[in-house]
Amino acid sequence: MTEPVFSWIGKALPRKEDPALLTGQARFIDDLEPVAGLRHVAIVRSPHAHGRIRSIDVDSALAMHGVDAVVTGSDIAAILKPIPSVVRTPIRYMPVGVDKVRFAGEPVAVVVASDRYLAEDAAEQVSVEIDPLDPVVGPVAAMCDTAPLLHEDADSNCVSFRTFRYGDPDTAFARAARTVSLDYTFHRYASTPIETYGVIAHAEKAPDRYTVWSNFQGPFVLHPLMAGALGVAGNRLRLITAPASGGSFGIKQAIFGYILLLSAVSRLTGHPVKWVEDRLEHLTASSAAAERVGRIDGAFDENGTLTGLRFDNIANMGAYLRPPEPASVYRMHAASNGCYRVPHIAVENRLVVTNTLPVGLNRGYGGPQFFFALERLIDCAARKLGFDPVELRRQNFLRKEAFPYTTPGGATFDSSDYDKAMDMLLAAADYKGLKERRADVRRAGNYFGIGFACGIEPSGSNMAYVSLAQTPEERAKAGPKSGGNASATIEMDPSGSVTVQLCSTPNGQGHATVAAQIVAQALAINPADIDVVTDIDTRNDAWSISSGNYSNRFAAAVTGAIVTCADRVSMRLRKIAAELFECAVDDVELADGKVRIKGIPNRALPVKRVAAAAHWHPDGLPDGLDAGLTETAIIHSETLTAPDDHDRVSSAVTYGIVFDLAAVSIAPDTGKMTVEKYVSVHDVGNQLNPLVVEGQILGGFAHGVGGAMYEELSYDTDGNPLNGTFADYRCPTAMEVPPVTVRHLTTPSEKSLLGSKGLGDGSSMTTPAALANAVADALGREDITLPLTPPTLWRMIHEDIA
Amino acid sequence: MTILAREQRHSITVKVNGLRYTGMATPRTLLADFLRHELGFKGVHVGCEHAVCGACTILLDGLLARACAIYAVQADDTSVETVEGLGKPEALAPLQAAFQEHHALQCGFCTPGILMSAKAFLDDVATVGVAPTEQQVREMLSGHLCRCTGYDGIVKAILACAEQAIGKSRHESG
Ligand code: FES
Ligand code: FES
Repeated sequence: MTEPVFSWIGKALPRKEDPALLTGQARFIDDLEPVAGLRHVAIVRSPHAHGRIRSIDVDSALAMHGVDAVVTGSDIAAILKPIPSVVRTPIRYMPVGVDKVRFAGEPVAVVVASDRYLAEDAAEQVSVEIDPLDPVVGPVAAMCDTAPLLHEDADSNCVSFRTFRYGDPDTAFARAARTVSLDYTFHRYASTPIETYGVIAHAEKAPDRYTVWSNFQGPFVLHPLMAGALGVAGNRLRLITAPASGGSFGIKQAIFGYILLLSAVSRLTGHPVKWVEDRLEHLTASSAAAERVGRIDGAFDENGTLTGLRFDNIANMGAYLRPPEPASVYRMHAASNGCYRVPHIAVENRLVVTNTLPVGLNRGYGGPQFFFALERLIDCAARKLGFDPVELRRQNFLRKEAFPYTTPGGATFDSSDYDKAMDMLLAAADYKGLKERRADVRRAGNYFGIGFACGIEPSGSNMAYVSLAQTPEERAKAGPKSGGNASATIEMDPSGSVTVQLCSTPNGQGHATVAAQIVAQALAINPADIDVVTDIDTRNDAWSISSGNYSNRFAAAVTGAIVTCADRVSMRLRKIAAELFECAVDDVELADGKVRIKGIPNRALPVKRVAAAAHWHPDGLPDGLDAGLTETAIIHSETLTAPDDHDRVSSAVTYGIVFDLAAVSIAPDTGKMTVEKYVSVHDVGNQLNPLVVEGQILGGFAHGVGGAMYEELSYDTDGNPLNGTFADYRCPTAMEVPPVTVRHLTTPSEKSLLGSKGLGDGSSMTTPAALANAVADALGREDITLPLTPPTLWRMIHEDIA
Repeated sequence: MTILAREQRHSITVKVNGLRYTGMATPRTLLADFLRHELGFKGVHVGCEHAVCGACTILLDGLLARACAIYAVQADDTSVETVEGLGKPEALAPLQAAFQEHHALQCGFCTPGILMSAKAFLDDVATVGVAPTEQQVREMLSGHLCRCTGYDGIVKAILACAEQAIGKSRHESG
């Protein structure tokens, strides 16, 4: 074979997406005016964290110039059903407060006017009387008997409690030579994409249907839930995503509440309506990662071998269990062993509702909280048991020979080599040199610390893991679920030009470029000649419940659909050509835009000639071949299975790794922390486009740094949000993101067709733990809370004065 | 201000990327909204509407400005440059090409504003003729939020262009 196996795949090809984005030609949701007669919406929101709605007076607003209608929560409740959660506790999510409000910023009424300025004027004139109730903000306080109850139908704010046991954790702890425990809290932050939510909803009358444009990112499992809430068949809810989306990182999942709200408003008023979220709305009422309070215990034998783990998790879900929550608490569940051989694991999960904004998908999704517990425990245990944190990890790492490895929780880890990754990490960081430097700095009386965090990166998720929140009996009643389908469609038209349709709703991850590389390779054409459409229209495109952009699923799952589909188109072209050449299919190959007989370069036809034949001359096609050249592939990884009776679930397709080392110094007089060195080793399997891979890794790291050092969505004790602007919610700028050295270990995955593993969450999961470990090492204490701001660190250093 | 005056629409004429446009705006219409929705320059992005994120950055009479923090009426008779004026998709300006080459954008929502700041910065670099340090580029960028990239590619792209700008100005003056 003269051609390399991967001619386009694996190249650092500049992105197809870029020219439109760089010239202001890409179209985002606020750039669209897809129907005539659009009205604009402003949302009236609760100023109280908790209260009973007494009355809403809309008269003066209605009388204002340009105002078409004011719709209240009870109007909406007449046509919108509350959305159930997988948790069987009788609490329901509504995108608008009806009798009660449960967080400050919760919608209570919607003003429809001829433009947004007028709508906002009128929104100010809607007078909402709310009888305030005592709010509860923290999850531990919310679990007290005396705490105000958010949902009266439930008898507690702890809306779900489940315990899990894998192996025999009790015996492991009873027999342990040493046990190490860590109590921790993990604060709330959010990925805050620069483009906010946007929705345009049109309730059509004939046929009776909702058509909604938005920058929704999936998962499309929410589509049937939305149709159910609107009381229509699935085919009467047509969701269309904008061609471009300005970042999401999970956050734009929760837009589905506004899809419902705007759909209902359109139905009630008869107007197509448009709403674009403002930044205050985004920071106070969209979505965030879950705050967590927890305790983790590790059982060790005398050699430092980890024999048991116990997780006690209390997750603050915000005011509702908004689907797909409580997925954030269960995403890492089947991989609770982390990188380690630990046979005995116990998990207790308490899900608590409080008077704060509901949580949802956010970069890392459950990973930052999980690794904060596990990886902080390991560093802490190393100090307590007298090991170097590297040696303690090596003592417990899964060995290279163990892959594919089935975890106690039922996940299958595809491949990697943790020891080698650790070698690479230490070499790139010059661990020995760092330790010497630490000793020098400490001798001078200053603070310097080194921290580690070794994470695995589950990718391409099985939607069914969420149902671990149900008991096996509840699951049995609901029927088995294992969904992780991915789809792609490729169409070669009569002129031979190629269009690829994806179901992966990217928001900046370069899916179009990588898809073009994959298809170009299979069809032996140039990626530049391939159009890739990434906006979804549920009426026209192949989609399924797991469509969307989440859980790093592109490289792990979606690429499989693209490859499969491209191979089918290639096979069709070859079959048609074989008929024309009167030779065997196996003797036909695609190369340089031609279909030709192997070894006889002059027996070749341009691909477009063969494509034309497929469309123009169906009668001449080989038996069994349909006319045209359109293929849709919907694939499902057989790795993904339904949860079993013992709460084990194979919840992801690939498991890359993220091994991080952080070295920090802390200035005693200011508490300012400087990241002196940060190294991150990844195993993403085969890289499909190194440029895109690097971008994802650096972006994930920046999110980890933001969460660890700067960002916090906080509330005062009355439940008032304290970060309503980008001046108060401090995202890192170019001045704050420290340099990071990235290294790659490549162990191709056997679970994905191209050997690639999902990536994207990356260091957003591990950086908070690594930096906290470095600070713990620097200050010689374990009670580390994030974000690691100068005041926090200064107070720890000067506890006696502070 | 009475409602009537507030809603009164004024004719505003602005030169955008070298061409004259006229549109209507009330006294409180933001320049960002005017450029986007009245004149159709959708490349002006709005990320915060409170002058922090930098997505809406444009050049107003040659100076950097945040279109979300200026009223359209203030821009009457001015000259505005937006991302649409930099280069064309099929013929990117060197700055845009450098952004593509260094993967300085992912979702691209912050990008138009950053490109405008970078353009002003690079014009200064060319005038002064001294190569900026990475720290200076980062300082310049600190008026912009990008949530996707971690900034690394952006910094590299701008440094690469700065080198070219210096080379060119040396060439011209030499
Ligand atoms: S939109 Fe103008 S600075 Fe953010
Ligand atoms: S590229 Fe997405 S915010 Fe900068």
